[in-house]
Amino acid sequence: MSLQSPLSSDHQLARLLQIGVVLEEVVEARAAKHASEFDDIDSEVRGLLEEASAESERHRERLETLVDELDAETIGFEQIQQLVEQQYGADEDFDGVLYDQLCNEETAYKFYDDLVAAIEGSDVSFSVDRDHLLGVLREIRAEEEAGVEEVTELMEREQL
Amino acid sequence: MNTADQYLKAIYVVQQLEDGPASTGAVADCLDVSPASANEMIGKLESEDLCNHEKYKGVDLTEEGIVRARDALQHYCIIERFLLEVLEVDEFRAEAQQLEPVIDETVAERLDTIIDRAPQCPDCFDHEADVCGLLVNQHDAVDAD
Repeated sequence: MSLQSPLSSDHQLARLLQIGVVLEEVVEARAAKHASEFDDIDSEVRGLLEEASAESERHRERLETLVDELDAETIGFEQIQQLVEQQYGADEDFDGVLYDQLCNEETAYKFYDDLVAAIEGSDVSFSVDRDHLLGVLREIRAEEEAGVEEVTELMEREQL
Repeated sequence: MNTADQYLKAIYVVQQLEDGPASTGAVADCLDVSPASANEMIGKLESEDLCNHEKYKGVDLTEEGIVRARDALQHYCIIERFLLEVLEVDEFRAEAQQLEPVIDETVAERLDTIIDRAPQCPDCFDHEADVCGLLVNQHDAVDAD
């Protein structure tokens, strides 16, 4: 157990980025799974899930490039998709699906927010360009923040 | 996981080991901080009714403190198990300790959706070894294959 700063090397940065990749893969797989589980899902919810899945794919590809630059490997999407399938408990209704999507977006936002803060608070020089790294993570964070707002608005409309 | 939760988890683990109140020295050792820092944070936790601290006796978590400590321990177990099961990290214990401060509970809960964690978690935690007892057996079994 330790209270030390977690970001003191390329290795630790790569590990956190790998976790980011897995989180995106989980979102991608769960959103796609939800979209396929419900035949009578309304078009707005279906559109949101499909966009969420596509956005996560774009995010993970950007993270994978960073991980690659750090000379590390990432976990393949198929492996995570399989794990999601194994542990998946179908939600009972659309509210459950939207709530799950809200959790996805909020979790991702929190993850990137903490990661950006940890990098900003670290004076270690990484083998990837710091400005580029922070630029990518801040952009992804902003998209996750917009995603939280989008799902929240949709949930509010669905309740009317 | 924030610093307060890391302290609560440490106090809980020490209490389990000592089977009674946790000495501030043992909590400080557990977190690799100075006794003065530990005392300061324990004072803050006490002001939030998460623990009771009696001089020369030690720290006792309140019921609310125990709930938060067990949640924190569960999140730590998720990080360990995720590192071993998904990322296949051999040094999962050391890395979980490093990552613990930067992995929020919401993130841990999402990672939990793809791991195979026992329902009795965190009761299976081996306080002596500071690692999930089931995970050690699982890791040793894989190594033996």
